[in-house]
Amino acid sequence: MVPLTAYLLVAAGLFSLGMYAALARRNAIAILMGIELMLNAVNINLVAFWRFLTPSTASANGLNVGMAGQAFAAFVFVVAAAEVAVGLALIISMYRNRRTVVAEDIDTLKY
Amino acid sequence: MEVIIFAILSIMTLGGGVMVVVDRNLFHGALWLLISLFGVGGLFVMLAAPFLAAVQVLVYMGAIVILIIFAIMLTRGVMGMRETSNPRWPVGIAVAVVAFVIVAAVLKLAGDNGLFSVASPTIALDPSSDYWKFTVANLGKSLVDPGQYALPFELASLLLTGAMIGAIVIAREDILG
Repeated sequence: MVPLTAYLLVAAGLFSLGMYAALARRNAIAILMGIELMLNAVNINLVAFWRFLTPSTASANGLNVGMAGQAFAAFVFVVAAAEVAVGLALIISMYRNRRTVVAEDIDTLKY
Repeated sequence: MEVIIFAILSIMTLGGGVMVVVDRNLFHGALWLLISLFGVGGLFVMLAAPFLAAVQVLVYMGAIVILIIFAIMLTRGVMGMRETSNPRWPVGIAVAVVAFVIVAAVLKLAGDNGLFSVASPTIALDPSSDYWKFTVANLGKSLVDPGQYALPFELASLLLTGAMIGAIVIAREDILG
C-alpha cells in the first residue's frame, strides 16, 4: 500500500514545478500552464487526504456525507476552467492590442 | 504491484511537469502538460476517485490543454514559439526549492509525530462493498443536496457563466460596436 506521505510528496513536487514556471517564465501562456500544474497538485492533495483520512460511511437523511474531499476537488476543476478561459481571453486581447504575450511588457497599469 | 503503478504515474506526473517547465518550445510544453495531467488522472484512479479521473481527462486534457494550444497558435507570431526565461529565473528556482523543502520538512516532522504516517486508508478498497460501489452516486447526490454542497454548486455554475461571458467580451474585437 502506498502511504499518504508519498502522494503528498508528489503533489509538493508538482506544486514547486508549477511555482517555478509561474515565477520564471516570460510568456504569459507558460505562466498559465504553471498555474495549471499548481492547481493539479492541490487536487492530488485534496483527494489523497479524502481517501486516507475522511471517507466515511456515515449518512444523514439517507445521503452519504463523506465526499467532502472529492466535492472540493470538483470545485477546483470549475475554478481552473474559469481561470483558464478568462486568462487566455486576456492574453489574446493583449496580443491583438499590444502584439506581445511577454508578461513583463504588459505594464500599462504600472505607470 | 500498486507501488510500481504509483511509481510510473508519479514519474509521468513529475517528469511531464519538469518538461513543461524546461521545454523552450511552448507547443511541446503543452503536449508535456498532457502527459503530466494524465499522470494526475491515474493518481485519482489509485485514490478511488473515478469520477474525478474522468473529469480530469475530459476537462483538463480535453478542453483546457486544447484551449492553451489554441492560444499558443494564435499568438506564436511574437516569439516564434521560442521562449526565454525571465532574467530573474534563479530567484524562481530558489523559491520553488525552498517551498518544496519546507513542505517535505513539515511532512517529515508530521511523520515523526505520527500525524500523517497513514500507511493505509481508514476504509479499505473493497469493490464488493456498498461504499465503493456508490462513491460516484454519492458524490453526485452530495453536490445537489441542499444540506451539503447545493449552494457552492450553484455558485460554481454562476462563476462559470460569468467567466464564459467575460471571456467572450474580453476576446471580442469590436468590443463597443
